[in-house]
Amino acid sequence: MQTSADLNQRTIKDLRRISHKLSKQIIEITTRAGSGHPSSSLSMIDILTALYFSGVMHYDPHRPQWLERDRFILSKGHGAPGLYVTLAEAGYFDADLLPTLRQTGSPVEGHPNMRALPGVEASTGSLGQGLSIGLGHALAARLDGQTYRVYVIIGDGEADEGQIWEATMAAAKYKVDNLTLIVDNNHYQQTGAVEDIMPVLTPFMEKWRAFDWYTHEIDGHDMQKIVSSLEMMKSVSGQPQVIVAHTKKGKGLSPFEADETSHKHGKTLTKEEAQVALSELDDMYADLD
Amino acid sequence: MELGKSIGLEMGVATRDAFGKTLEEMGAEIENIVVVDGDVHDSTRTRFFKNAFPERFFNVGIAESNLVGIASGLAASGKQPLAASFAAFLLCNAYDQIRMGIAYPRLDVKLVGSHSGISLGQDGPSQMAIEDLALAASLPYFTVLVPADEHAAVWATRAMFDHHGPVYLRTGRPDAPQVYNVDSTFQLGKANVVREGNDLTIVACGLMVAIALEAAHTLSQQGIEARVLDMHTVKPIDHAAIEKAALETGAILTAEEHSIVGGLGAAVAQIVTAKQPVPMTYVAIMDEYAESGDPDDLFDKYGISAKHIVQKTTELLDRKQAS
Ligand SMILES: Cc1ncc(C[n+]2csc(CCOP(=O)(O)OP(=O)(O)O)c2C)c(N)n1
Ligand SMILES: [Mg+2]
Repeated sequence: MQTSADLNQRTIKDLRRISHKLSKQIIEITTRAGSGHPSSSLSMIDILTALYFSGVMHYDPHRPQWLERDRFILSKGHGAPGLYVTLAEAGYFDADLLPTLRQTGSPVEGHPNMRALPGVEASTGSLGQGLSIGLGHALAARLDGQTYRVYVIIGDGEADEGQIWEATMAAAKYKVDNLTLIVDNNHYQQTGAVEDIMPVLTPFMEKWRAFDWYTHEIDGHDMQKIVSSLEMMKSVSGQPQVIVAHTKKGKGLSPFEADETSHKHGKTLTKEEAQVALSELDDMYADLD
Repeated sequence: MELGKSIGLEMGVATRDAFGKTLEEMGAEIENIVVVDGDVHDSTRTRFFKNAFPERFFNVGIAESNLVGIASGLAASGKQPLAASFAAFLLCNAYDQIRMGIAYPRLDVKLVGSHSGISLGQDGPSQMAIEDLALAASLPYFTVLVPADEHAAVWATRAMFDHHGPVYLRTGRPDAPQVYNVDSTFQLGKANVVREGNDLTIVACGLMVAIALEAAHTLSQQGIEARVLDMHTVKPIDHAAIEKAALETGAILTAEEHSIVGGLGAAVAQIVTAKQPVPMTYVAIMDEYAESGDPDDLFDKYGISAKHIVQKTTELLDRKQAS
């Protein structure tokens, strides 16, 4: 007889299997493209995996405009490769498109374009804007008597932008509880460490708490924790929620860690570095075989 | 990009690099210069200044509105601030702050926008400024500079500090072919004739100057001699050079790595129609956003390559003949 705990363990294993695959794809397609942001994609790939494949989000890839779908907005648009591999895995479009990343004529553009690819809910790439857009969706749900939920991922450096805090206040004012913000707290932005560039920005928890948000902090690479906290947010009422996810920019892979300034922000791996990263990923998931 | 190779232009460094190096030099010459960054000094190349003068460099994070406001305050208290980011984020994200904090009070702030136009390529439209010239030029008191190559960029960086008042300097990401050499001279508000000709005038700025020269070379093989004007100062624009070109060549084509709306073409047309009406045509991005891709492919696909200048010239000269 299987207990629910066993079942749960199996799901977590399945999710980790998916994350392994998507992490590899991120490295492969960005190395192939020769430009893009692999480390920024890898830090949030476990979170994307949980959102799309654990049953947390309700969506139908065959009906991308289905009114009742949950929405996911990638505010840190430069993490596009992470979004693309996730959407392809979810069935929004053929994975054959992935290797055309950043090529002329391909809908798999450098940054997400909601008019080019199904499943992309917002055109992003200028930082700071996704939380406001998410709040708009959340308010629309209320106006239309819908119960769909809205998930937004921002970068930690992205929280430098004032608009993030404008949206934070407005979401609290309207007490939207169908809005969950996830901060990809990978500790680096483009030109250095978040702690150096904007020392008072972190820690985040107390800031959002001060604005009357429901706050929760997790290890953003612990699949079990990600799934359970996302589920938990669904029962919060009368407050928007933020999950501060502590992550590693580049998922701890040595070719990214080697760059002490920014963990290779906006830099792709060479073929040789990619081989190293891919084999480290295999080791990371060796327990799944 | 391999621009200019076919006509023997030597590849130079990107205008953002020439700007960054010159800014570092000027930092030593003028102690009052202060640089404000929005977490992109590696991209804009203000990093050279940062490394040399860390005490006069402020990275205020990814916060363009704040960046511009800080520059405004620095200028009002007598500093000579320069604020730099991607052209798209600087002009679009902080437009009201630029308007209220710099243009309206006519403060001595220098703004530098890198990664302009579509030549940045793979990152795609969210990072591509195709509206920045229209935005900057529409602000009263602003001077707008668009260097064509590294030599022009060195000059422009120096010229903007010689000039008292708000300036927007547009730089680009890719290496740019050398249209000029170290001995070339420039004057603020005076267009440079980079090629003589009397059948039509191509008025261009930025990377489009090299592309205009390529087109002029092709046209010459067909017996058409194009004058090429580098309108490095888009504002205040050189009225005299435009009137003269209209009078002497009887047809004008403008070429810019920018939207057709509100950029170089529009500014030139205002003068031509008011002072010396002649047939005109425009090579620009036709009121649409481009996409991610290889820069050469994008210039081709979005209608701003040498081929398009040649095609539009044929049609333009037909109209000139008829008029
Ligand atoms: C408005 C704006 N300013 C600047 C940039 C350039 N930029 C792209 S990514 C980035 C750093 C982002 O850091 P963070 O939010 O921590 O994301 P991470 O890559 O670490 O996940 C910057 C400054 C941008 N895309 N948008
Ligand atoms: Mg970060």
